Amino acid sequence: MTQSEATPPIELRGATKRFRTPDGSTYTALRDIDLTVAPGEFCAVVGPTGCGKSTTLSLISGLEEASTGTVTIDGRPVSGIDRRVGFMFQQDAVFPWKSVLTNVAAGPLFRGAAKREAIDRSRDWLRRVGLSGFEDHYPHQLSGGMRKRVALAQTLINEPRILLMDEPFSALDVQTRQIMSDELLDLWELTRPSVVFVTHDLEEAIALADKVVVLTVGPGRVKDVFPIELPRPRRVQEIKFEPRFVALYERIWNSLRDEVRAAYSRTAGEAA
Amino acid sequence: MSEQNMTAVSAAQEAAPHDSPTAVTARRRRLRGRATILSIQAVLVVAVLGSWELAARQKWIDTFLYGQPSGVWKQLVDWFEHGTEVGSIWQQFEVTLEEALLGFLIGSVAGIVLGVALGRVRILAAIFGPFIKLFNSIPRIVLAAIFALWFGLAIPGKVATAVVLVFFVVFFNAFQGTREVDRNLIANARILGASPWKVTTQVVVPSAFTWIIASLHVAFGFALIGAVVGEIIGAQHGLGLLINQAKGNFNPNGVYAGTVLVAVMALAAEFLLTVLERRLLAWRPSNDRDPESGL
Ligand SMILES: Nc1ncnc2c1ncn2[C@@H]1O[C@H](COP(=O)(O)OP(=O)(O)OP(=O)(O)O)[C@@H](O)[C@H]1O
Ligand SMILES: [Mg+2]
Repeated sequence: MTQSEATPPIELRGATKRFRTPDGSTYTALRDIDLTVAPGEFCAVVGPTGCGKSTTLSLISGLEEASTGTVTIDGRPVSGIDRRVGFMFQQDAVFPWKSVLTNVAAGPLFRGAAKREAIDRSRDWLRRVGLSGFEDHYPHQLSGGMRKRVALAQTLINEPRILLMDEPFSALDVQTRQIMSDELLDLWELTRPSVVFVTHDLEEAIALADKVVVLTVGPGRVKDVFPIELPRPRRVQEIKFEPRFVALYERIWNSLRDEVRAAYSRTAGEAA
Repeated sequence: MSEQNMTAVSAAQEAAPHDSPTAVTARRRRLRGRATILSIQAVLVVAVLGSWELAARQKWIDTFLYGQPSGVWKQLVDWFEHGTEVGSIWQQFEVTLEEALLGFLIGSVAGIVLGVALGRVRILAAIFGPFIKLFNSIPRIVLAAIFALWFGLAIPGKVATAVVLVFFVVFFNAFQGTREVDRNLIANARILGASPWKVTTQVVVPSAFTWIIASLHVAFGFALIGAVVGEIIGAQHGLGLLINQAKGNFNPNGVYAGTVLVAVMALAAEFLLTVLERRLLAWRPSNDRDPESGL
């Protein structure tokens, strides 16, 4: 047995996260999360809004610390930010004052690469995400989809072994989102990092992932884990019509539906 | 007038033969709008100065107290041709400019450095916050008198007055700007591998720059106030001294002439700061660049 099979790249054991609220009390965002991601595995996480999906990613990334329980990367407890991790955020996080080229070069430059080398690699990645010719544009001069491509290149240029993605395409229209999903799969095949991909969209989750994790309404816990044994390479637009996809969708939706309803009635109750 | 309009229009068309007709009409309308505004402004200036001059000549107002525009002009010409009692006018201009610039530079660098430092490091803010609030509550013009005691008539006293005036404006903006930096951008930079120092220099400072540059516009005005007030309290050279001497000689035209020179300096600095701002903030969407949109 090799080392990597023995110790999973990402593992959460009984991870709980509490936040202090402005009125001084504590709020439990995640309770006893158990999650394991294998080497090169694409894991999608779905769950109702506010159940703690973003919080899960910030625990893995080291941006936040678990209140109790353990979070390990390659068997070692997370303490602070790890060089092996890449993170694409839910909100736009490209630097508005940097050009597209220097935005993508930011990672290598932060990590001490020579300027020439960083710029060359940035050009390579821009070509890979289809943004050649836009090197000197500023983010505000790009469409939403193009900004996501910048963010993707900015994350992938560091060649992370662990890739965290928080609803990266949710702000895009359906067609653009499907194109971006296909491109993401192609890029993922190149280096095969372990991925945790958070989404609201169950179709997107099944089409992309090797495994779909359903979280309960907040405080989130793992409700079910569904392996997705659809063959790769996949084309996101076409796979949706396969009978096996439809069957999986129904099974997972059955699990997710109650949580979404519970979350909805909770927020509706708050609003009333 | 209509002939002028015609040539302006045909010039615009020649300059951009491929523009669509709507673009040309839009530009024509914009040019005409700009001309209208400029001519109204000119009429206002002429009306105000003209009625002031008229009132003075007709002895409706006392020129001994209120002066008159032609007198101000004569005073300016006299200063530039024959110099002032304390040396050439250029020397006075230079002294005031030097004091204001030094005060501006020292005050804003200190304000930016401390503002960003306290905005970034919570413990520093906790320690120094109360002191800064305390000093900020002192009416700072009073300090000009203290500095005059310390430094006498020399330049450092004026610079010090300008520094304290500039510092607080810039400090509070830099501090607030640092606190308001998008947390996502900071998180992204940290994940990408930035050290805390790089987060500060490459994310916090550029992002807070919108706030900082806004304060720099006000700050140069304050630096000039510091320099001129310091000179009025006591100096050997400078525009403030000229104003004070003119006041002492019951020469209102001299007071106005000095004021005009100070204003010219302020406008020149404002112009340079605007150029700098456009350069540094070129990455921003250009929706607020319309020159007619106001101040
Ligand atoms: N820094 C914080 N302080 C206090 N509460 C927080 C903080 N961050 C998150 N929370 C709370 O924790 C819960 C989970 O938040 P989280 O952002 O992880 O949800 P999510 O599943 O990503 O939701 P969405 O799908 O809407 O993005 C929410 O109720 C939120 O209010
Ligand atoms: Mg979220």
